[in-house]
Amino acid sequence: MLHRRPTVSFLLEDRPANLLAVSGLGSSTWDLSAAGDNSCNFGFIGAMGQAAPFALGLALAQPEKRVVLFTGDGEILMSLGILATIANLAPENLSLVVLDNEAYSETGGQPTATAGPTDLEQVAKGAGFTNTQSVTHDSALPALREMIRGTRGPHFANIKIVAEELPLVFPYSFDGVTAINRFRDAATA
Amino acid sequence: MAKSMTSQRLVDWHQDIFDVLIAHNISIVAHVPDAGHGPLINKCEAHSEMQTVTLTTEQDGVGLLSGAWAGGRKGVLLMQSSGVGNTINALALPSICRIPFLTIVTMRGEWGEFIPWQVPMGQGTPKVLEAMGVRLFRVDASEDVGSAVEAAVNSAYNTRQSAAVLLSQKMIGAKQFKQG
Repeated sequence: MLHRRPTVSFLLEDRPANLLAVSGLGSSTWDLSAAGDNSCNFGFIGAMGQAAPFALGLALAQPEKRVVLFTGDGEILMSLGILATIANLAPENLSLVVLDNEAYSETGGQPTATAGPTDLEQVAKGAGFTNTQSVTHDSALPALREMIRGTRGPHFANIKIVAEELPLVFPYSFDGVTAINRFRDAATA
Repeated sequence: MAKSMTSQRLVDWHQDIFDVLIAHNISIVAHVPDAGHGPLINKCEAHSEMQTVTLTTEQDGVGLLSGAWAGGRKGVLLMQSSGVGNTINALALPSICRIPFLTIVTMRGEWGEFIPWQVPMGQGTPKVLEAMGVRLFRVDASEDVGSAVEAAVNSAYNTRQSAAVLLSQKMIGAKQFKQG
């Protein structure tokens, strides 16, 4: 079991300029912010289930850049069909990283389906991803970091993390227009 | 008078939509397949600079096109009125970020509908879209399709709003069902 904040920070350490990072509603957005503000970050604070579709659209629009999505098990479970859509389109520049604490941590820690028999790596495999992994030890992180930055995708990594309450770290702006304008300028630069 | 002889049938409105999309450099066409959009989807799939994306649910189209716009590409979501209900909370994303969002909706459940299950969402479609701040461009005659799509494209991409073209079931023609 890994800790979410050091995991995200490690994966983004010394990030290349062409790496665009998207985060799903809730804790993943606080994690992305905690790793350091960057104009190439866009964090969802709502529209649950839409972070992976957004990352896909971004990857299609910017094929020369790399796109990584950080999201939670609860957020990705809301729209599992997108995994089939991504696997069929197979964008080479897209990596999905799920921070799986087996709980809806923002709403009191109620268990998600992954606390039961659901295995998101197997779901991704069944959807058609050929490059998948389940991470349970931080020894796998250096290779994952390289994969996000350069290996032909799409990738799906499910990282088992500790369910822990952490201080919220807010993104650049809660105002959607301010946030997306800065991100779009950086993403299209 | 035979329905096939009305003037509406002389206009290739699928082609008119396609021409507007091309003229505005709209290159990502996301859809959940629909018979009413079928000829348009075929035209888009056959065009080398268009990218069609078959979704498993309409809501994913909202996020997909929002991400594409953030990356500098323009798109459109093609769906049936029954799919509109799937998009509602996702529409918070283009709304709060003022991301341009364009959709073209084929209406069911409003004119000569055979399937009762199509009626609730068909009747609810204009109301729920308006409730989420989407501007509506309704079309009842095939000769008006091109100009309505043009207006919706400009509304979405020039003013950064959400816009929906509603193609009426009367214009499309109600799907015929025959048993056995």
